[in-house]
Amino acid sequence: MSEITRTRIMDSAGSVGKADLSEGMSFLESVPRRLVTLYLPLGIICFVLLFPFYWMALTAIKPDEQLLDLNRYNPLWTWNPTFRHFEKLLFETQYPRWLWNTMIVAMAATTLSITSSVFAAYAIVRLRYKGAQWVGGLIFMAYLVPPSILFIPLSTVVFQYGLFDSPLALILTYPTILIPFSTWLLMGYFKTIPFELEECALIDGASRWQILTKIILPLAIPGLISAFIFCFTLCWNEFIYALTFLSSTQHKTVPVAIVNEFVDGDIYRWGSLMAGALAGSLPLVILYAFFVEHYVSAMTGAVKE
Amino acid sequence: MADHAMTIERKGAERRPFSAWQRLSVNRNWLGFWFMLPAMTFLILFLAYPLGLGVWLSFTDARVGRAGVFIGLENYEWLMGDSNFWLVVFNTLFYTSIASIVKFAVGLYLALLLNERLPFKAMIRALVLIPFIVPTVLSAIAFWWIYDSQFSIVSWALRNLGLIEGNVNFLGDTWNARWSVIFANVWRGIPFIAITLLAGLQTVSPSLYEAATIDGANSWQRFRFITYPLLTPIIAVVMTFSVLFTFTDFQLIWVLTRGGPVNATHLMATLSYQRAILGGNLGEGAAISTAMIPFLFAAIMISWFGLQRRAWQQGENNE
Repeated sequence: MSEITRTRIMDSAGSVGKADLSEGMSFLESVPRRLVTLYLPLGIICFVLLFPFYWMALTAIKPDEQLLDLNRYNPLWTWNPTFRHFEKLLFETQYPRWLWNTMIVAMAATTLSITSSVFAAYAIVRLRYKGAQWVGGLIFMAYLVPPSILFIPLSTVVFQYGLFDSPLALILTYPTILIPFSTWLLMGYFKTIPFELEECALIDGASRWQILTKIILPLAIPGLISAFIFCFTLCWNEFIYALTFLSSTQHKTVPVAIVNEFVDGDIYRWGSLMAGALAGSLPLVILYAFFVEHYVSAMTGAVKE
Repeated sequence: MADHAMTIERKGAERRPFSAWQRLSVNRNWLGFWFMLPAMTFLILFLAYPLGLGVWLSFTDARVGRAGVFIGLENYEWLMGDSNFWLVVFNTLFYTSIASIVKFAVGLYLALLLNERLPFKAMIRALVLIPFIVPTVLSAIAFWWIYDSQFSIVSWALRNLGLIEGNVNFLGDTWNARWSVIFANVWRGIPFIAITLLAGLQTVSPSLYEAATIDGANSWQRFRFITYPLLTPIIAVVMTFSVLFTFTDFQLIWVLTRGGPVNATHLMATLSYQRAILGGNLGEGAAISTAMIPFLFAAIMISWFGLQRRAWQQGENNE
């Protein structure tokens, strides 16, 4: 309780503070000092964080002979970029197929999870049935169960249900990772919607279903977008289930396919390997570029609760 | 007036009583059950049941394609005597503790830097998060190439700076490999920690810092006595997640080293995959997974209660 009030006080104080303190204590800091204590370390960290992507992209467009000769060519730049690696990826491997698989699995699993999370979150926050608090706590605990301790028993379960080597195995198991997260996130969003709106609707004779679809969901759209994007990213990122439950080449998802199908002894594979990694990350990065704010709020929202 | 009330009452009495279905359709518990059904089906079928099944499997000699029979603690006894298993436990603890500490330190530092007044702040924040967006496997492949024994760009840079003679064998040498995978893990984990802590930092009022500065506090004291105490709740949550996911890490190791060289980077998750799925000993693999649970529990307890209680005590003292 006290914590909540404290953060509220902080919030209001913070916004007031920001308004009248646009200059703040910045007069205490000189430009050279900021250069050393702020810009330099920030620059180094950003460089380290982003360099692997630069290197990935550069490797993907470098001709093979330049890749393996660090002395004759400057490795940090290339003057004759080539798209041969991408061509190879698209026309000589099943890469488009893998990309498609990943997309389908991610979309289906995300849609399933968000739908069931919306119902669960609404029930926990607003229906407040008997034991709702406990269920909320249990769902949070489910969030803490990592896939790497579940994949062995799950593989036998998947086998028993006859789902082995089918995309359905992933579509049905990914929600176990996504539902706890998105339920928790949506619970936070639903709590911010005023209860009075619902009471009015109830008095006017609306059913729970109408309240959910006509009042709650339209108001929770930012939360839904956040949850959707974050779940989609998690699906795309998932590896261990896809590695365990799928065996045939044409069913694989991008991460598994890249690791298993591209990695052989050939030293000339680097170009297409990097092209594959780049092409696999691009959809997510583009999605992210459009919804940065939603993404950040999803990430911090789930932690703050 | 009284007449009027009576007519209303009579009207109400005339109306048919609510049917059982109507009463049920506004019953919280009944509705709640149906609303919870989809989520619960998933979580019970694919989370709770496998979790229990995993513990059961660890007491059997199940193999791929063959249900096992109960053999008691045999799998665990076998693991106790397996020096490889203990090496892996050491690796996992080493990996988790070093990576978490470094991630936390650099992440917090980055969050503090990003909390300053900066031009293009939103853009820098967006860029910083990219390592978190890109699927781990794909960025691990980039690291694999960076750590290549012959064509590593890092080796090339160090060689050209005159710092080393030959190439660094990043993934071929025991300790080099350990530090290399830790670095990759830290690289992957920093954005999450930095951005979530930044969100926490932004709720701290600047006037507190001003007051402290007027009282003569230096920047370390401002951090230690204002930022840190106000941030502890969020640090507790973030670090719980970070420790949890580092401890159970699989992807990065699998792509970079597959546990090699000579098991130096094998973690418990990769070992259980190797023994259960590749080796076919489901029972033994399940025993390794189950052995992770107490460690995870301890990690959660330490980071949760350790930090949470302190925050609570400070809150109590202040108020």
